[in-house]
Amino acid sequence: MTTIEKTADDAARQGAGDDGTPLLEVRDLHVEFHTRDGVAKAVNGVNYSVHAGETLAVLGESGSGKSVTAQAIMGILDMPPGRIPQGQILFRGEDMLTMSGEERRKIRGRKIAMIFQDALSALNPVLSVGYQLGEMFRVHQGLSKKEAKAKAIELMDRVRIPAAKERVSDYPHQFSGGMRQRIMIAMALALEPDLIIADEPTTALDVTVQAQVMDLLAELQREFNMGLILITHDLGVVADVADKIAVMYAGRIVETAPVHELYKRPAHPYTRGLLDSIPRLDRKGQELYAIKGLPPNLLKIPSGCAFNPRCPKAQDICRTEVPALVPVTEQDGTELPGRGSACHFWKETLHG
Amino acid sequence: MADAEKNETAVEPAAAATPNVTEVETVDAATEEEAVAALEAKVDRGEPILQVRNLVKHFPLTQGILFKRQIGAVKAVDGISFDLYQGETLGIVGESGCGKSTVAKLLMTLETATAGEVFYKGQDITKLSGRALRAVRRNIQMVFQDPYTSLNPRMTVGDIIGEPFEIHPEVAPKGDRRRRVQELLDVVGLNPEYINRYPHQFSGGQRQRIGIARGLALNPEIIICDEPVSALDVSVQAQVINLMEGLQDEFNLSYIFIAHDLSIVRHISDRVGVMYLGKMAEIGSDTEIYDHPTHPYTQALLSAVPVPDPESREGRERIILTGDVPSPANPPSGCRFRTRCWKAEDKCAKEIPLLAIPERFANTDSPAAHESACHFAEEKDVVHA
Amino acid sequence: MPDVTKSQSGTAVDTAVDAVAPPTEVDTAPATGPAPQQNKPRSLWGDAWFELRHRPLFWISAVLLVLLLAIAAFPGLFTGADPRDGDLTNHFLTKPELTHFFQADWFGYDGQGRSIYARVIYGTRASIMVGVGVTVVVTLFGGLLGMVAGYFGGWIDSIVSRIVDIFFGLPFLLGSMVVLNAFTERKVYVVIAALAFLGWTTIARVMRSSVITAKQADYVTAARALGAGTSRILFRHVLPNALAPTIVVATISLGAYISAEATLSFLGLGLADPTISWGIDISDAKDAIRDNPHVMLFPAGMLSLTVFAFITLGDAVRDALDPKLR
Repeated sequence: MTTIEKTADDAARQGAGDDGTPLLEVRDLHVEFHTRDGVAKAVNGVNYSVHAGETLAVLGESGSGKSVTAQAIMGILDMPPGRIPQGQILFRGEDMLTMSGEERRKIRGRKIAMIFQDALSALNPVLSVGYQLGEMFRVHQGLSKKEAKAKAIELMDRVRIPAAKERVSDYPHQFSGGMRQRIMIAMALALEPDLIIADEPTTALDVTVQAQVMDLLAELQREFNMGLILITHDLGVVADVADKIAVMYAGRIVETAPVHELYKRPAHPYTRGLLDSIPRLDRKGQELYAIKGLPPNLLKIPSGCAFNPRCPKAQDICRTEVPALVPVTEQDGTELPGRGSACHFWKETLHG
Repeated sequence: MADAEKNETAVEPAAAATPNVTEVETVDAATEEEAVAALEAKVDRGEPILQVRNLVKHFPLTQGILFKRQIGAVKAVDGISFDLYQGETLGIVGESGCGKSTVAKLLMTLETATAGEVFYKGQDITKLSGRALRAVRRNIQMVFQDPYTSLNPRMTVGDIIGEPFEIHPEVAPKGDRRRRVQELLDVVGLNPEYINRYPHQFSGGQRQRIGIARGLALNPEIIICDEPVSALDVSVQAQVINLMEGLQDEFNLSYIFIAHDLSIVRHISDRVGVMYLGKMAEIGSDTEIYDHPTHPYTQALLSAVPVPDPESREGRERIILTGDVPSPANPPSGCRFRTRCWKAEDKCAKEIPLLAIPERFANTDSPAAHESACHFAEEKDVVHA
Repeated sequence: MPDVTKSQSGTAVDTAVDAVAPPTEVDTAPATGPAPQQNKPRSLWGDAWFELRHRPLFWISAVLLVLLLAIAAFPGLFTGADPRDGDLTNHFLTKPELTHFFQADWFGYDGQGRSIYARVIYGTRASIMVGVGVTVVVTLFGGLLGMVAGYFGGWIDSIVSRIVDIFFGLPFLLGSMVVLNAFTERKVYVVIAALAFLGWTTIARVMRSSVITAKQADYVTAARALGAGTSRILFRHVLPNALAPTIVVATISLGAYISAEATLSFLGLGLADPTISWGIDISDAKDAIRDNPHVMLFPAGMLSLTVFAFITLGDAVRDALDPKLR
């Protein structure tokens, strides 16, 4: 576990060139939900880190724990029924889980901001967009109403909302889906955070608008040298913007890799299956490869590797031993920086 | 019918010329020659099973509570025509608000068309009611987008899949129904013993299988699929797509496959129609649309699709459209796409482009010779690097 | 994310995805291939019952209600004394000794020397009958109107809604008083009619809105696409999914009707002698309250307890049927 973390960090450091401490580091995080049917283990030992200026994409299906991890970082997990029995969330080296509520609140919003999938329900429908944008400045920086409004217009300009001055007093429902998502981004940017967590930011949007919003997000990230955690289920969106990818399955990271590597040579049967199962725009294939079976029930995660009931490569060892996330190497033993796979048969998967 | 025929003059001959490509499945990364070969391989499939002619649906916008007066209309579908042949899949793509789901509802006669006709085997179903409509409904079924809301949570799986038999008792005698339901469960890959369970005991993919089983119960000829996999997990989507393709072969079904995911539509469709603001922008075989698009909107749409391959991505041209889709209550004059189009000229604001094979390609064998509603139609490959 | 499996069940209320905690994230649908047989089919009513069983408040109110219903049905089993039998030697007599359980003098005597305990026991029937009676009438009538208005919409809805608005505008108690004034006979059914006359609007509104939500559900569209007729759609698909909020409101308002009856009786407009009712007893006690508070205490206490039991039950049922409303 630790070794792979190191290699992953090395790769990131080369790219970002900062002092070495990651902006955010999640260590062995566990999250469980107590339901009346039992304990749902949503996150089971997740490790990842993000540096300034870096984009980490967390890829997974529903139930993989990708959003729950983000909620744990933001401290917006419903507890109870949620519980964090184990793990650390380090922001600039400080564990946010052991901080006081007051200290955490200072980080949340100012240092780490979040963008949600559904912009309409995340914005207050009875307050004007300008008021909601300005609220940040009034509350956190004590600006006057007039100054806050000016700031709001500035923010709207920055996320390229046309005619910001005229539209600042409009209400959320008067904006289109893409524009609302821009307002959400503006809100996240307001206090110039170091890290932005975007949870499926473009899933609800149309393709042509999706491209606009992703471009904007990537551009702003470069401009402010922010860290970005992009949570998504869409292998296409990830390919466009991410630097490195962590693939999650049943609450664990099953593969980490720099973005190009992952698509070229997946080292986990789940990743390979996902890549094979999506139809391609640029060619017409035969029958699609389909991963058999269903995503796991979090109340009853299969023993050993959680993917084993669906895996074409599964052997006896997969049903008994949980594979650790180990560094992945070339056939001749050359290290592949930033790559790791939690599969007993990663060699066969990668090189086979 | 008569005046519809008049409106159709521009469209009708083109529709007749629509190539019915059979062997497109084998056309990989189509080169020019291959595409031409595919065009030549077209065979006549006989009469279309479904003919849509100039279909219009306007939702009135009203004001006032007791005494409503109309102040305008949302032009959700504004004159759409296409054919569907036995055993083929017609994909309809477009962004939200383009009217594709309204088309589905109109074909299902769940909404009343404002104008236009839908001929099922020569019979206009928009004018039917009562017993005749019920008979037609047996043959046109639907699979819904959201498997969580499309199954009644208070009914067991057996009741849900068996309901079609209760409504159409002539299809299966009473004693036979349970067996039929179990058969259907088996056909869609679910354990027949699940018959007494409730929908919330199933995952999304399994629920969609239940929805498909319900759609199959009456042995329909046409299934209209409105975003059937977009609510499902990526790893489950392929299962459902494969199931639907298998069922199509087994029962010789015709699909109208409505989706916003262009990759999936390409995979499953024989022909594809691209909709924008209630109008068909371009229609043709999957190769024609994806590899040889001529309408700027299709090109922009295709170029915006994220491709799960960073390397091919870098070589592709991306057309980023500015702005949003205009409101269908107040669509732009002339060509509806002109407000976001980089080619737009004065002509586009004045003249509505007709859906027809562009003149410059009309007498060529080029795969660009398919119907496209643009004054300045021009071929441009945006999908391949 | 408290109810992982239930989160999809509240279809009647809203299907909006909560942005903070998307319910799809933890999908525990217990249907993984080979070992499903241990999961018994669990209907939504079954789920609700499971929820209810784990709530102490439900059990408290349920036990209370069973007891009250038993008292209302068989008052003779709970006391041997005659509530109408007055002995002026017992005028305002109190017997505070605790050894007198369930005896006629347990609660003491009122001004006319009647056993307060017997009167409280015999008064239960009137209150429960009014409460249950009004609720049944109101639910059937208001529910039907609300369903018709919600399902058919258009001008039917406009007319029904305006009528509801008009009735809603009339003050409930004042209106009932006016209606009751027109009757000389003050029997239970008269009071039921007077309260139901103005009480049906809430149910109609609740039913209308939940029917509107339910009829827009995809499974209703699916049934229409199959060619299902109006009655099938209404009774198989819409009604079962729209019933929960109505049941909740009905249970909660049952308590309110009981207190309304007591209020009317107190004001001399509701039930009257020879019917025995807590409201009448409270009214009788009002002049003697300074010197003999016990005469007021027991009927008022029973009234509060009954109203409490019904409202608590309603709350528990609401929580069980719709976890999202909490």
